[in-house]
Amino acid sequence: MNSLQPRLREQDPAASRHTLSVLVENKPGVLVRAAGLFSRRGFNIDSLAVGPTEHEEVSRMTIVVNCADHPLEQVTKQLNKLINVIKIVELDPAVSVQRELLLVKVRADAESRSRVLETVALFRAKVVDVAQDAVTVEATGNREKLDALIRVLEPFGIKELVQSGMVALGRGSKSITDRALRPLDRPAAGQAQ
Amino acid sequence: MTDQSTTTAGPPAGLPEPARQGHGPSPRDLAARAPGRRQDRPGRTAAPAAAPAAVTPATAATAQARPMTGAQALVAALERLGVDVVFGIPGGAILPAYDPLFDSPSVRHILVRHEQGAGHAAAGYAQVTGRPGVCMATSGPGATNLVTPLADAYMDSVPVVAITGQVPSGLIGTDGFQEADIAGITLPITKHNFLVTHADDIARTVAEAFHVASTGRPGPVLVDIAKDALQATTGFRWPVPFDLPGYHPVTRPHSRQVREAARLMMTAQRPVLYVGGGVIKAGASAELIALAELTGMPVVTTLMARGGFPSSHPQNVGMPGMHGSVAAVGALQKADLLVALGARFDDRVTGRLDSFAPGAAVVHADIDPAEISKNRRADVPIVGDCKEVITELVAAVQAEQEAGQGADLTAWWSQLDAWRNTYPLGYTEPDDGSLAPQFVIERIGSLVGPDAVYVAGVGQHQMWAAQFISHEHPGHWLNSGGLGTMGYAVPAAMGAKVGRPDAVVWAIDGDGCFQMTNQELATCTVDGIPIKVAIINNGNLGMVRQWQTLFYNERYSNTDLDRAASAAPPAPADTGPGQLGTRVPDFVKLAEAYGCAGLRCEKAADVDATIERAMQINDRPVVIDFIVHRDAMVWPMVAAGTSNDNIKLARDMAPDWDVTE
Repeated sequence: MNSLQPRLREQDPAASRHTLSVLVENKPGVLVRAAGLFSRRGFNIDSLAVGPTEHEEVSRMTIVVNCADHPLEQVTKQLNKLINVIKIVELDPAVSVQRELLLVKVRADAESRSRVLETVALFRAKVVDVAQDAVTVEATGNREKLDALIRVLEPFGIKELVQSGMVALGRGSKSITDRALRPLDRPAAGQAQ
Repeated sequence: MTDQSTTTAGPPAGLPEPARQGHGPSPRDLAARAPGRRQDRPGRTAAPAAAPAAVTPATAATAQARPMTGAQALVAALERLGVDVVFGIPGGAILPAYDPLFDSPSVRHILVRHEQGAGHAAAGYAQVTGRPGVCMATSGPGATNLVTPLADAYMDSVPVVAITGQVPSGLIGTDGFQEADIAGITLPITKHNFLVTHADDIARTVAEAFHVASTGRPGPVLVDIAKDALQATTGFRWPVPFDLPGYHPVTRPHSRQVREAARLMMTAQRPVLYVGGGVIKAGASAELIALAELTGMPVVTTLMARGGFPSSHPQNVGMPGMHGSVAAVGALQKADLLVALGARFDDRVTGRLDSFAPGAAVVHADIDPAEISKNRRADVPIVGDCKEVITELVAAVQAEQEAGQGADLTAWWSQLDAWRNTYPLGYTEPDDGSLAPQFVIERIGSLVGPDAVYVAGVGQHQMWAAQFISHEHPGHWLNSGGLGTMGYAVPAAMGAKVGRPDAVVWAIDGDGCFQMTNQELATCTVDGIPIKVAIINNGNLGMVRQWQTLFYNERYSNTDLDRAASAAPPAPADTGPGQLGTRVPDFVKLAEAYGCAGLRCEKAADVDATIERAMQINDRPVVIDFIVHRDAMVWPMVAAGTSNDNIKLARDMAPDWDVTE
């Protein structure tokens, strides 16, 4: 994700990875507003994923940032100031499901194919495309699992790979969209102060 | 992320009450729009602040969408929003909007000479009226010329709405003639911006832009409208519901935080009210005076807060910061409690941050949560509008005092008074008989008085104007604080005069600044906007020259604006000083060329008479060329990046913090 990284501030030793789930209006330019804010204010984005939600007019960004608590507070406040941002929640890894998607094209000839397939099975990944001398593997999981899979597949020869940003949802029955989006469902709610 | 559909089923608009009354143009409006009525133009300058279309029974029937073009909807929305003045320049993409604007009975358009002038004028207008200032420009270069004033308004939290034309939506992205992605360009320098490509969205978007610009922490909002959207037909409805689900500015402070702040204020031995521009934006000056007098705390007013608390008030110890008074800087440095109200701990105030107010606990109240603990960690954060915060603080302090709380500040005040009396603001007269710039500014302040509006450019003259004019009223001191935009003064003064035609408006400008935007004097003359401009002409980019004197070994690289004059042999001793100031251009002739009165003053003895002469001319703008000494410097000074503790009274001269009376 280096392309998303702006000028780096000195890496704070207290920095750690935080997952922010950001509900935004589904409008043109929202992604560039959020990404631009990170670059302008000198914050690092580790990964960013954006997609639709159960509400047509709302998108959800999952942003992973690597910073200490104080900069995280600033990131959150600055993001909140964007007019198109509806709600921000930090998802604690302990009480959320966090997943990335990996597609990796691995060299697999007649000799190595069975060992590749064995590895794929061990990681509960699956083969989604097969060619003469290669297979394409799809895997989902947290970053550690995908890193481990890549390490194990590396000796076979990785021809190319692509990885998504992380997406995450809190565990349990609660939904962060419930309360945040109530005004959208109920036009009578006063929102303009 | 490309879905452009928007929900229209939003909640009712939170528009100000008068704006809600308009239900489409009344028959009278329509009559007023007949071409023959256009000549009534001058009378429209006195349009009331919020001039809704009159509600008549006939209009009730037309409350449903009324067909009109996008451009007409734009102008109708501006009228309903109470806009009385738009500063702008037409051009290709915005042309459709200028047609209905021509006929508007309540919106006066002031044709500026450069879009930057329109932007600063809108900001000047906004700061004296408290209502959003509006500027208009065409696509491409028209829009990019607004970039500087938008950035300026963003840094100083001024409500400005910029309306720009954009190339037709089908051309967007094709590098069409006069196409610039102004929404992209202004993304980091506006509070928010919009690109409108459908006529149906124009009225709502304009209403939203005004709402966003003027509520919460104010700021500039740009609305970029594609030409085809202006030309297309739409149905105009008013009021129009907002679609801003993510915008909820907090204005009400948390009462527990307020009580905690009051408790700290009662126990602190060396407390200071550190007041920023937010107090003026919130209209909280009266509340601030009440709080200061109730607590007996010293007050420092930042560059943006001059006038928010009277300079003459005995509890005002001055302006803090790089060119602040020793007493104000010392108060912050030695404080044990800072109560920051609508201030943002800017680097020009804090100096080196890690040595700023090292012994102080911090109460930080601001309407923008992101300002709190951005630079300096707050012990008691309070998010809210300054007026509400200070009102509640007053009540909380009263409750504490009734319970017998309160500290004795006598020792603190005797320390502050010692600093004040030992190190007052001052300056030395040049020994060659030439004019001291500080003297000129001081005399303007004295003769013109605190009821005038003062507008400064950026540099030495700005600092002297902040220091030597007694700022008594909020909204009477305008300058470019955050961005430091040279060229701000003339157009901002023009906007201020339009916003408050009854007020006397003086621009205090430098000769460098003046040459960046003086073309707006033409607008002032043509449109009958009689401002006064005092050029503090030292023939140099004075503040830069000061830094070159202090930090670059007196190597004056490219700061002399009139090298030929400076290189001329000095005049004989009996004829006084050699030629000072820049004479290219000749500002007096330039003023006259623009239809203004042009005056020049080179001697201290003539200063008062010149100012008085200028005060008597009210039928056209006045430009005074005050030729001043070029080596005057702004003191005190905290060098950039150093600690406030190292403030200098003059070169190599530091205050003694332990001085006693």
